[in-house]
Amino acid sequence: MENTARITGKRTATAWKKPVSYNLQKKTRPTEAIIQAFLLFCGVVSILTTLGIVLELGKEAWLFFGDPEISVISFLTGTEWQPKIGKFGVLPLLNSTLITSVIAIVVALPLGIATAMFLSEYASPKMRSILKPILEVLAGVPTVVYGYFALTFMTPLLRGIFGNQNVDVYNMASAGLVMGIMILPLISSMSEDALSAVPRSLREAAYGLGATRLETALQVVLPAALSGIIAAFIIGVSRAVGETMIVAIATGSGPNFTFNPFNAAETMTGYIARISGGDLSYNTPDYNSIFAIGLLLFLVTFGLNILSRAISRRFREVYE
Amino acid sequence: MKQMEPKTFGSNQEMQDAEKNFLHRRHQRARLAQSVFQLTTLLAVIFLATLLVTVVNKSMGYVVVENKVDPSTLSDRPLSELNNTELAQMLRENLRKNRVRTLERAGFLEDQSQSTLVQLVETEIIQPEVVESYNLFPSLINSSKIKADAASTYPNAKVEFRYWLNGTLLTNSMASQPELAGVRSALLGSLQLILITILTAFPIGVGAAIYLEEYASHKSRINRLIQTNIDNLAGVPSIVYGILGLALFVRALQPFTSGALFGVDGQNGRTILSAGLTMALLILPILIINAQEAIRSVPDSLRQASYGLGATRWQTIWHHVLPGALPGILTGTILAISRAIGETAPLIVVGASTFITSDPTGPFSSFTALPIQIYNWTTRPQPAFQHIAAAAILVLLIALLSLNAAAILLRNRFAKRV
Repeated sequence: MENTARITGKRTATAWKKPVSYNLQKKTRPTEAIIQAFLLFCGVVSILTTLGIVLELGKEAWLFFGDPEISVISFLTGTEWQPKIGKFGVLPLLNSTLITSVIAIVVALPLGIATAMFLSEYASPKMRSILKPILEVLAGVPTVVYGYFALTFMTPLLRGIFGNQNVDVYNMASAGLVMGIMILPLISSMSEDALSAVPRSLREAAYGLGATRLETALQVVLPAALSGIIAAFIIGVSRAVGETMIVAIATGSGPNFTFNPFNAAETMTGYIARISGGDLSYNTPDYNSIFAIGLLLFLVTFGLNILSRAISRRFREVYE
Repeated sequence: MKQMEPKTFGSNQEMQDAEKNFLHRRHQRARLAQSVFQLTTLLAVIFLATLLVTVVNKSMGYVVVENKVDPSTLSDRPLSELNNTELAQMLRENLRKNRVRTLERAGFLEDQSQSTLVQLVETEIIQPEVVESYNLFPSLINSSKIKADAASTYPNAKVEFRYWLNGTLLTNSMASQPELAGVRSALLGSLQLILITILTAFPIGVGAAIYLEEYASHKSRINRLIQTNIDNLAGVPSIVYGILGLALFVRALQPFTSGALFGVDGQNGRTILSAGLTMALLILPILIINAQEAIRSVPDSLRQASYGLGATRWQTIWHHVLPGALPGILTGTILAISRAIGETAPLIVVGASTFITSDPTGPFSSFTALPIQIYNWTTRPQPAFQHIAAAAILVLLIALLSLNAAAILLRNRFAKRV
């Protein structure tokens, strides 16, 4: 009663009789504390997720390596992956992951940087407002659609150019090229952010000294934004390494230790998708192996992400 | 800028010429580079166009349909003109007794609607089969040649133009014949899955964002750890989340996710619930980062004014910060959801089934989802499945585009207000 009187100013019968008390002590508010605790919990969920990934993957991978016939060394250096006869060498899978990723980066990095350059240094605001949504749409296309595109467009195209006898129906080149298209918007938008963050005064100074647009862009803006672009490159690599659907659809199933990009060869992610998609019984080496590969994948991508952040923080040129 | 080599010039005129040449070359190079940059940007547009054209090209075109039984041998009038008794009679005459009994389990054939009976006659007796299919462009360019070819190779077949994205696709569930397969159960599965994802990820994501922006001091080590961790989690491949979901939700929490705890007869943890929770973990980092940005964009003066009037922290957040940040938060959520809708890899790992013919019955039923269905059809060898995969991709893309359009509209409205 007293409280309502104090807040609303209404004089109820009791409040009229007693003088209003002015208690200026800090009030304890249990609801506030509860809410704060809940919000803290929400924040901690992300830590739990990481811990969960590391613990669960680690536990199952431990089971996998606990098998007396499998050692970490033979896992990391073996060139044959044939679970049926107990050969678990991850190199064939790792090799094709690297080949597809390298192809993807070779496509995406130059195109992405050039696109970013155009958007940030050349395009008029109107053009940007048209081009950026297009890139966003390209970035939002689900990867399974890219996989379909690789299989029904890129592979026939490659086979048409290089001949059916040279290019397998499932091959790494097709997946890699399409993966490049997929990460192109990622690299271009991250690079563009980095380029746009370079202060205008630097450009004006270069123009003032008589530099052309190209000279300003390449010799003044690009070096200043380099840390951001390198970060974009690393994130791009990490995306390519972890990409699953394109390779699951277009590179074929069955590990194959080959350096010819026109051959079929399963990647790490493709293997995980195939094995877990089939009917498999728990606690067999086959099943446990996907956790070992998953752990490897997680460590590689997580490490790349941390590296990218560290680079963009450490080498960022701070102006003003 | 290139250093000019020291050079001696005979005359003033010569020097001016050299300078002009040098300038000319620099400008030429600049122009060349500009067109190269323009071209690469155009390339990105071309990629998107090619992608869409490939899908559209596959999603319609001529098909050569061969009937197992010619409809004219069944009756001399078109099927749609026959009445119920005649159609039922036809079914009884042409089908085996067992099949008729199965069909009549729900009620007598005569009591069913005429359109259902016509459909039954078509699928059970006539059994049209696509023996040859063409893409859109060949269909448009070589239409007469296709018709001639079809007439000579399949004399009994009929050539028709088919939009693979049609009513059958939307209303039917998965079937072994591509002509009858559809996305119904996949669409419903996707919807239920996304619902669970939103219900879990939205409160936790917004809560974490509020904590990080409004409560956490940026000096504290644990808060910095949470922030870095979220940023890094956003870059973890989706398939790794799938493996986590498999280990955690499907196996460790099986009694919960299979519904056994709630008295539902679930066989295993490969349910919509597991998939929805996995997806929630997957989009959580994206959602948090977007929500943080929205909360950060609320001007500090609002908070100060609220504190100045004696409001507590939570009152300030609830009454002033959140309403201001809500459009931004919703935009971010929509974008995160559109990511979840198209995500395939974690669902494969968590254990989506690819051959589900009935609608999902709730969080504890096994499920399929739209991208899973697309993946499954893409990897099947029959060409007709490639066509319905293209049609299903169109359904998926239309859903995603409308979500994105909603997000852009929201963003624009928000931008106008502030």
